[in-house]
Amino acid sequence: MNLLNLLALPQSGAETFWFPSQASTGASRVDDLFYFIFYVSLFAFIAIVVATIIFSLKYSRSRVGMEPEDSPHHSTKIEIVWSVIPALFMVAMFWYGFKDFVDSKNPPVDAYQIEAVSQKWSWTFNYPNGAITTGGNPAIDEGEGLVIPVNKPVVVRLESTDVLHSFFVPAFRAKMDAVPGRYTYVWFEANEIGEFPLYCAEYCGSKHSRMLATVKVVSQEDFDTWAADAIDDSDLSPEERGKKLFAVKGCIACHSTAGVAGIGPALDGLYGKQETLVDGTKVAVDDNYIRESLLDPQAKVVEGYANVPMTSFAGQLDDDEISAIIAYLKSLN
Amino acid sequence: MAPSTNSLDRTHYLNATKGFRSWFMTIDHKRLGLMYLWSVVGCFILGGFFAMKIRWTLTPGVTDFMAQSVEQMNAYNNAFTVHGAVMIFLVIIPSIPAALGNFVLPIMLGVKDVAFPKLNRLSYHLWLIGALLFVATLFIGNLDTGWTFYPPYSTGHTDPSVITAVLGAFVLGFSSIFTGLNFIVTIHKMRPPGMTWFKMPLFLWAIYATAIIQVLATPVIGISLLLLLVEKTMNIGIFTPALGGDPVFFQHLFWFYSHPAVYVMILPGMGVMSELFATFARKPIFGYKSIAMSSIAIAILSFIVWGHHMFVSGQSETMSVIFSALTFSVAVPSAIKVFNWIATLYKGSIAFTTPMLYGLSIIWLFGIGGLTGMFHATLGTSVHLHDTYFVVAHFHFVMVGSALFGFIGGIFYWWPKMYGRMAEGALSKWGCLLSFVGFNMTFLPLFPAGSQGMPRRYAGYTEAAGFDSYNMSATIGSMVLALGLCIALYSLLRSFKHGEKAPANPWGGVTLEWQCESPPPEHNFDIDPPTVDNPYDMTLVEWRGQEEGFLPKNPRSDDKCIADIQQA
Repeated sequence: MNLLNLLALPQSGAETFWFPSQASTGASRVDDLFYFIFYVSLFAFIAIVVATIIFSLKYSRSRVGMEPEDSPHHSTKIEIVWSVIPALFMVAMFWYGFKDFVDSKNPPVDAYQIEAVSQKWSWTFNYPNGAITTGGNPAIDEGEGLVIPVNKPVVVRLESTDVLHSFFVPAFRAKMDAVPGRYTYVWFEANEIGEFPLYCAEYCGSKHSRMLATVKVVSQEDFDTWAADAIDDSDLSPEERGKKLFAVKGCIACHSTAGVAGIGPALDGLYGKQETLVDGTKVAVDDNYIRESLLDPQAKVVEGYANVPMTSFAGQLDDDEISAIIAYLKSLN
Repeated sequence: MAPSTNSLDRTHYLNATKGFRSWFMTIDHKRLGLMYLWSVVGCFILGGFFAMKIRWTLTPGVTDFMAQSVEQMNAYNNAFTVHGAVMIFLVIIPSIPAALGNFVLPIMLGVKDVAFPKLNRLSYHLWLIGALLFVATLFIGNLDTGWTFYPPYSTGHTDPSVITAVLGAFVLGFSSIFTGLNFIVTIHKMRPPGMTWFKMPLFLWAIYATAIIQVLATPVIGISLLLLLVEKTMNIGIFTPALGGDPVFFQHLFWFYSHPAVYVMILPGMGVMSELFATFARKPIFGYKSIAMSSIAIAILSFIVWGHHMFVSGQSETMSVIFSALTFSVAVPSAIKVFNWIATLYKGSIAFTTPMLYGLSIIWLFGIGGLTGMFHATLGTSVHLHDTYFVVAHFHFVMVGSALFGFIGGIFYWWPKMYGRMAEGALSKWGCLLSFVGFNMTFLPLFPAGSQGMPRRYAGYTEAAGFDSYNMSATIGSMVLALGLCIALYSLLRSFKHGEKAPANPWGGVTLEWQCESPPPEHNFDIDPPTVDNPYDMTLVEWRGQEEGFLPKNPRSDDKCIADIQQA
């Protein structure tokens, strides 16, 4: 943090005192508008502070005595001036902000569309060709992240399976809430190859701060190769496929596979065991119980986990996928 | 005629009756004001504790991001929720209106009490019940929704502590409504002869504008919170999509109250500012009418800007554009006030007392808080800055830097009237200075942190994210701020024993509260206060030295007595 950089204007999209690098076509517009408001504000701020300091020094009681000379108590002319001038600047701010906003809401018709599904506390990205990726922040998981081609407009359709989340990529200056029960959209055109953090910006519970992901911007050729590879599931065993689903569907956010009880019970070594339910009855963890827990999670809730209801995966998993998950859980014994 | 004696041994409102009941069941607006004051201070300490917990958790090196457990994250989420809810519902909203307003408003009007003293007592008792429900929440569960209580998280995904918190906010709402109602009626019906609307002290204009918001907006949050409870306890779908509801609908209802509530927080602080600047510049306030009218303008406009909290929520784009334009309309009256305060200093006789130091600090702090608001009103920049620390810094500059500093300045200003003691000296000035420096150290770095993309409500950040230096500065600053606030409180408490006895009018104000004794008798005025003319004509009083303070230049003749005018 070099304080002198406070005043510096950005140069060719690099990181500045105020902003991360400009990695999308929209970023420079946001920054330009920010600097316009910043310099107007800075001028106004210096003016009021300097006036306050000068008056305080010049008219301190120790200097002028107890009784000040009479001075005007109001002046319609001055008051109109200092109301109208700020108002004009604000009209300009509104206008440019409005124009940028309209642009940021209207993607080009040829934009590439990706569906982003948010759940506590991870992102899943579905590509038009059937490829699926997750997360991607090295501190959180091994997912590949949101992989997108450079210099191509991308629309992300956001949805949420549980609570409010928000898709926020600072380097793109892009943000939009994911709202359960409806679709929302955000678009951008990345113009720099690299990796950029993707945050959840709407509070979503215990591990909100762990809902981190990465946007990976690659060249169009690399993207095409990657997308073709990503849908090739044929060489995966059921266990491997189940493991992939376990990450993609966000199960891993609540269920540990390393014996640590989290939001939900840990699942390693669970298959074939007896579990005690909230009503005191016991149930064996078998294929049918796992199937039921995926499709109707509230049917049999394990003791100690009544407070945080699990999201149902009915309609989100087909029979093959459920079998793959069962195979994966078996393999954890 | 001002009192001739400074003795605190005489009978006044503090010692007229004794015992717990004489305070708890009092209908004296001054005692109620003091009870609010100390309750608010207590809640501020509670909220402050959680603020320090937040800063401590986020201090680089204290918690290892990778090793942070779910329990630790839950504790952090609880800390920022309780900090926000307590500071907003239990501290800032009641601070100036309920504590200072109750104490000052009737005396400023030259009357014995508010219009409905028993309703006033009920307000305080409701406030206490609401506060107790909030405190009970701390023991019931891990409240972690944020002070905004957004569904579906609050209704379907967290523990039942939401219920007590929401009930608490609901009850506090009624306290706020009743207080507002009381103040509106009192100002309308009980102004003394001669005090036309445009001869009313600006603090009263601010309290009046605030009361309008309290009465009109608070019922909406009451209804919204009840709907939330209905959904949470009976599973009736109102906001949760899975039950057939709409979560964005709650945000509209919530901000329809909570944005005007921002002005419930700041307008009274602006009222205090106007009193401070006039009295301590010993000059009529510059542009009285435009300050008074801007308070009313802010109160009205505050109702039509709520959608600027929802630019990325999924509300229609057209709505966002309209709300952006309307939001700027509130900025103009706020700017006018600042210019008027500064113009008041011009050719004045400025005394750098402790209350005035708070007032001068607010020019800086509200300057930053207000100007950074424009980045949020502007759509193009707001989307990027939404839910980042840029917002956190902005609203702390407004709510703490302006509203809370105004509250503390107001306490120091009216302290001699409340307790008959001066809390003025090097100590109290150091308290202000350290708070000012600490506050800036804490919150200035959070502006670039936010624009760099640091999201709010995160229990931790990876080192790779690059936010450590901002967090370090904020933590050090928060300690300086806490020290400054402790010194301010200590200097107040110290005055009980060591403070000089206060004259009736230590500062030279000409509003009516400076015409009764310090502390006032139970019924405020032994004799009828004089007819009111210009509340800021400082030439009416002159300095007579430390002992006597300021006294009227021309002792009034009896024919100007209110009683005579009333008979006429």
